[in-house]
Amino acid sequence: MRLAPPQKSPAARTEQIILFRASTQIFAMSSASVQEVRSVDSLSGVAVAITEATLPKVQHAIRRGDRNLYVVNAAVHFGLRPSPAALVFLLRKSRVALLVDGIEKMMTMSRLQALPGAFCHEERAWYRGLTVLDQNVIPVVNPLGFLTSEQIALLDALSGSRSFTESAGAAAADISV
Amino acid sequence: MSWMEQSDTRSCVLLRLGERRFALTADQVAELAAPSRIFRFAHRTPEIEGVILRRGRVVPVCDVAEQLTGKRLTQRRFYLIAARRHGNSLDWVALPVTGECELIHADVTPAGRTDAPHVAGWISYNGEVIEVLNLQAVTPSASPETIAPLPEATA
Repeated sequence: MRLAPPQKSPAARTEQIILFRASTQIFAMSSASVQEVRSVDSLSGVAVAITEATLPKVQHAIRRGDRNLYVVNAAVHFGLRPSPAALVFLLRKSRVALLVDGIEKMMTMSRLQALPGAFCHEERAWYRGLTVLDQNVIPVVNPLGFLTSEQIALLDALSGSRSFTESAGAAAADISV
Repeated sequence: MSWMEQSDTRSCVLLRLGERRFALTADQVAELAAPSRIFRFAHRTPEIEGVILRRGRVVPVCDVAEQLTGKRLTQRRFYLIAARRHGNSLDWVALPVTGECELIHADVTPAGRTDAPHVAGWISYNGEVIEVLNLQAVTPSASPETIAPLPEATA
């Protein structure tokens, strides 16, 4: 049996991606998924500490308009050793803000390969697939994979019960890891 | 009647994992590749060490030695790249092996009910009885329904 090369479509579409660092690893995310990039410092006055034992990756929330965004620590989400985070990605059409160590660079992805079927646990929700850039394999993050709707509902209930907006000033916390 | 339901002469690839030899039917084997760089990224499937790049394809590396022999491979020389059916498509895995592989023809005896799930059959070769591996049982696999088509797949 020959290992057939992957099929190529005649008209390759490309996608702008952001390569970012979390702990020691590099991940990619479509730039279209990121609405805003903020420094951690710029959010330190508006973030509120939040604690849910089953979700250690979420330790802060940010009030935006009439709803909360939940700050997910990317390193903890991916099971990596937490490291000092410097940036927050506010994701487009999402209740998630992603805490990352830094941006490596912006690149163009021309091909996304499916995650091989041998990967059979949480990573199937974490990643859209894999891409090869400069002879490196980079996982392409699924922006919908950070919090499930049930987890968001749980966090909403938690923050709602603490009259979030009123206590925001008193409970304002610096975002850190 | 499937090929495993009766003794049948088949082409098999013999592979070595430490001190033991196993076999895969040759139609599951794509190639034997030299060691190459393993790319590691965060995941939760402990059987997978990482992935290698082979002819532009990302192939997961699955070390089955500990599962089959009780010992991890301390020395590896090649990757045996094998294919398994996964839903409607073929899925490739790279199995680290410790020696050169050998293509043989042998009568395959189907596995019995009491055999371990990883045994698809048996062959006798040079006085040695060798397990023919059931690749599906020995490597991890997501259920096909969890494998969604690529959203906004490029290319």
